[in-house]
Amino acid sequence: MAEWIVGGVLAVLILWVILTYNGLVRLKNRVQNAWQQIDVQLKRRHDLIPNLVNAVRGAMQFERDTLERVIAARNRAVGARSPREAGPAEGELTQAIGRLFALMENYPDLKSNQNVLQLQEELTSTENRVGFARQLYNDLVAQFNTRQEVFPANLMAAPMGFKPADYFQIEAADRAVPAVDLTLR
Amino acid sequence: MRCVRCGLVQHDAPTCKACGAPRAVLPAQVPLRAAPGLPGPPSARDPASLPRSEAADLFQQQARNRRKTALIIGTFVLFVILLGVGFDLATGSLLPLPAAGTVLLMPVGGLAALALSSTSAWWSLRHGDRAVLLSTRAVPLEALGAADPRGRQLQNVVEEMAIAAGLPAPRIYVVPDPDPNAFATGRDPEHASVAVTAGLLDLLNREELQGVVAHEMAHIRNYDIRTMTVMAALLGAILLLHDWAGRLSRTGAVRVGGRGRGKGGGLFLFLWLLLVLVAPLIGRLLAMMVSRTREFQADATAAELTRNPVGLAGALRKLEGAFSPTRSINRGVAPLCIVDPLGLKAGLREGFWADLFATHPPMAARIARLEGMAYQPSARP
Repeated sequence: MAEWIVGGVLAVLILWVILTYNGLVRLKNRVQNAWQQIDVQLKRRHDLIPNLVNAVRGAMQFERDTLERVIAARNRAVGARSPREAGPAEGELTQAIGRLFALMENYPDLKSNQNVLQLQEELTSTENRVGFARQLYNDLVAQFNTRQEVFPANLMAAPMGFKPADYFQIEAADRAVPAVDLTLR
Repeated sequence: MRCVRCGLVQHDAPTCKACGAPRAVLPAQVPLRAAPGLPGPPSARDPASLPRSEAADLFQQQARNRRKTALIIGTFVLFVILLGVGFDLATGSLLPLPAAGTVLLMPVGGLAALALSSTSAWWSLRHGDRAVLLSTRAVPLEALGAADPRGRQLQNVVEEMAIAAGLPAPRIYVVPDPDPNAFATGRDPEHASVAVTAGLLDLLNREELQGVVAHEMAHIRNYDIRTMTVMAALLGAILLLHDWAGRLSRTGAVRVGGRGRGKGGGLFLFLWLLLVLVAPLIGRLLAMMVSRTREFQADATAAELTRNPVGLAGALRKLEGAFSPTRSINRGVAPLCIVDPLGLKAGLREGFWADLFATHPPMAARIARLEGMAYQPSARP
């Protein structure tokens, strides 16, 4: 009788370990897949930006500063590889593009240019794709990390070689607090 | 709680761990069904108040759809077999079959009905989407030419929402109809199609189009499309039989009590009654089973995917304003659409009876729920 009980408990335990392991592997692969999706969209974004800058360069000669900042941010973003590195660089690029779009509003002939409008739609779509891919990736990372941290799976996750995944973080430049000098002189 | 700005889930951090948005921006959680006119923080959108479709929730929806698909196919097969057996009894087409010792009677009509109904059920599961698209005369987006900027935008929006839902991009069709409407069809996310009318493309801006496409993507992700496509195909078959029986009675082929052939005539009458009276009821029942709550669910999932309930709310408001019947879409396909293409009952009336027979929930209720998620009314057209 006692053997049966011990055997049953052991069987349940082994089954639990197998299920936990497989669940974590499945989630890990989905997280990796989602990261690749972000990568694809970021590459599309990096390819589109030079086209847009070239299309508007002629009409926007007086905004050279902004255009150069966009190109510089793009080149920095191309160099980044891991989620940790890419986050701040892409955040900077998002801001530079936002500024460019805002400035483009001042140039009526740009707004009626079919080529520019089409490029703008493509870039808007790419911005959305990056955003949605990041949303999916972060949701999956949250699921994956939570699955590792809850009891009793947390007893098994580390010994089985699972590590928490990095979130894709953006807008690092946004976070810097501006220094405001309020002393009266 | 989720960060407003980047959508990251986290627990009680003073500032967002990912993007640094301060907690003050994140309003406290509110109940989902906040009254539409309720004053909230002016521009605050709190995705935390959106119903999270957790993995378990999605699995529940998918399991329910598998159950309902089976139920619909079962009801259909049973109904057709009933017709076949009725035919056997009426005409006496029972073939004697010599078996061990006794003689079994083989119901020819019943067996034919079984073969016919299971074949058409299998076909509807496999190719129902093609039938649905054909019946609305939808054309693939590529056939319209890539130069059209609105078509290009539609393709971009669909691909964006596929990324947000983590699914492969569905095929895109355009229905040449000036009335705004949209539907999704297919067997599973790998074999799915999204169709919008030309009127929808003309009427909505990018944000609203995104809301509508996200709604359709929600139907694809939780397998609503399979249930509804099978239903549309089989409902189409039942309605065809019903119309045929109705025509028979008008041309005088069936005169009530006129044949005087005794029992056989009575059974034939019973069969005819079954077709004329019961068929539309069964059709209604099936249609009611599959819509309504799932429209609310798809709206909620759309808000979760876009993190922008106002876009879809604005789209619904415009669709409500443009409520003329969508002529390209027939009764069978109606439950698949984002708004009732027949332009009756659901949107205009409320109350017990309107509710019971509507294929879609009242538009006002859908808009109110979406605005409750967003705290702010959508722009009125």
